[in-house]
Amino acid sequence: MSKDHASNADINSQLLRPVMKTGKGWYLTVTVSGLVLLAAILSFAYQVYRGIGVWGLNRPVFWAFDITNFVFWIGISHAGTLISAILRVTGAEWRRPVTRCAEAITVFALMIGAMFPIVHLGRPWLFYWLAPYPNSRGLWPNYRSPLLWDFFAINTYLLGSLIYLYLPLIPDLALVRDKTKGLRHRIYSAASLGWRGTQLQWKRLEKAVGVMAVVIIPVAVSVHTIVSWDFAMTIRPMWHSTMFGPYFVAGAIFSGIAALIIAMAIIRKVFHLETFLKPIHFNNLGLLLLTMSLLWFYFTFAEYLTTYYGNEPAEKAVFQSKVSGAYSPLFWAMIACCFFIPVPILAIKKLRTIAGTVIASVGVVIGMWLERFLIIVPTLAQPRMPFNWGSYRPTWVEIVITAGTFGYFVLLYAIFTKVFPIVAVWEYKEGLTVSSQEHGAPEAQRLVAHGD
Amino acid sequence: MQETPEAKKPQWAMVIDLDRCTGCEACVVACHAENNVRIAGEEEAARGRSVNWIRVERYLEGEYPDVKVRFMPVMCQHCEEAPCEPVCPVYATYHSDEGLNAQVYNRCVGTRYCANNCPYTVRFFNFFPAQWPEPLWKALNPEVSVRSRGVMEKCTFCIQRIRKGEEKAKDEGRDVRDGDVNPACVQSCPTRAMSFGNIADPASEVSRLSKSGRASRLMEELGTKPKVIYLNRGE
Repeated sequence: MSKDHASNADINSQLLRPVMKTGKGWYLTVTVSGLVLLAAILSFAYQVYRGIGVWGLNRPVFWAFDITNFVFWIGISHAGTLISAILRVTGAEWRRPVTRCAEAITVFALMIGAMFPIVHLGRPWLFYWLAPYPNSRGLWPNYRSPLLWDFFAINTYLLGSLIYLYLPLIPDLALVRDKTKGLRHRIYSAASLGWRGTQLQWKRLEKAVGVMAVVIIPVAVSVHTIVSWDFAMTIRPMWHSTMFGPYFVAGAIFSGIAALIIAMAIIRKVFHLETFLKPIHFNNLGLLLLTMSLLWFYFTFAEYLTTYYGNEPAEKAVFQSKVSGAYSPLFWAMIACCFFIPVPILAIKKLRTIAGTVIASVGVVIGMWLERFLIIVPTLAQPRMPFNWGSYRPTWVEIVITAGTFGYFVLLYAIFTKVFPIVAVWEYKEGLTVSSQEHGAPEAQRLVAHGD
Repeated sequence: MQETPEAKKPQWAMVIDLDRCTGCEACVVACHAENNVRIAGEEEAARGRSVNWIRVERYLEGEYPDVKVRFMPVMCQHCEEAPCEPVCPVYATYHSDEGLNAQVYNRCVGTRYCANNCPYTVRFFNFFPAQWPEPLWKALNPEVSVRSRGVMEKCTFCIQRIRKGEEKAKDEGRDVRDGDVNPACVQSCPTRAMSFGNIADPASEVSRLSKSGRASRLMEELGTKPKVIYLNRGE
């Protein structure tokens, strides 16, 4: 028992170190990412002041970087769901140190993604007109519009994933509460909702987390399906596709895992969590990434091959602009980043190291951003009437706003790691007891042994 | 086209005889003047932001020296099954009971989704506040609102003229008939290539012309049921 006690204290001090102590690197990260975000906010202010014409949009390319970023970040947000919920439901033990990193990605990526439908409006100050409330216009919003489905799906997902992030945080908040004094103590006291670690509280928590894990999976699938329907419900060439729903969900999970691997590698390095985030985690996530890469390639291949064989002129024009026309450098870069670079790295066991999986993941994140851009812009640039064909080139405003989303993400994540333990302390300990249970430890112990 | 007999609302439609179109673009100029369509300017136009509610598309057919130039005026087709309508989240674009595809500028928040789903690319976005060179500012039509930035706009079939024509008919206690309503493009066409009227009235010119063997609609295969009917060229 005393040995257990010692190791508990050890785990606590290691996992709570990022919360308790603040290094120079953290301040530097927050400053740099904050400045990038500030630049983006100023660019947006400039856009509101001058008009959205400061973007590179035109007729017929009415959507470009804005919706690319929207789909991209909503896609990244699928990391949390897959890793955390699916692995929790299936009882995969190795998930334990990974879940919270993943859930935090979900919430932040969603917050960023959900900004774009507002940022990209011609009159962004009227975004609330999409909400159903009794108003002076005497109108409900148009429930037939996929944009309205987005509005509800994203809000549901954001609320659900916030709850799903918060619930497993409660015991850890109580742990921090017990280790702090003064104002911080009071804040953590309020946030931990009177957690005392009784048997009843544990039972209820586990039940609630279990229910949310099951509920959040269909919500996540529906969110990216609906995002894909923004395109699939139109009659535009290469948008009007029945398989866009599953194609987008697969792509979202794909990019989400990649983002998670990158985030975990950075956290592992800067907070010295080598004993918790082990090569096995990167190996397992790498295998998942490999699976999704193959699945993504299968979907992409099926989508393009059917378009090619259909040989319908309007579709063919878009197809050719991607495969051999103006967008072909981006297209082949996408194929390389999403398939030809990651697959060998992830398939060969020797290369599936931490560094290897991170390289593959960086490729996937870049590739999936390109994928969304290539779904949106070539279709818009080549409408059915050739008289109206156009092209698109981003302006500095769009580029700064895009960079700002990454700055914002890093900033939110850095603050999160400062306020909350990034590895779920109690879940990790639970894992230790579960494995020692197999060697005969009583179950009751795991529920009460959360403190030092 | 669905009509409810008790409503007896006119169903506005246009017929354009491509055999008569010379591509002079008088309709484009007339439309700009009538509807306060802003002038994007050289620089903006080069960026693909010109605004022309009606445009004359020019196609070259054949190889040199047997080249034929084909002209085709294209404006909002006022589809019965308009792809732009269901996608607008705020009902800024909707179908009126007179068969018009209406755009309510004040409701528009600028998602631009309607323009993305328009197969005819006839919707125009106000990327910047509207500006006119000095004397033109004083020539704005007081009966047409000037659109603010951030909203979508497009051909209305000269709704202000339709209203006037309908009121005149009502004052005289009769149904609308040919000649009551003439959109600016129709009025200004020197070769009388365009005609406008109530297609629900079997006696109207557009009704008669729409039954011509030369009649077709743009991209009919999409099922959008346009209200603009083109009479194909005879060779």
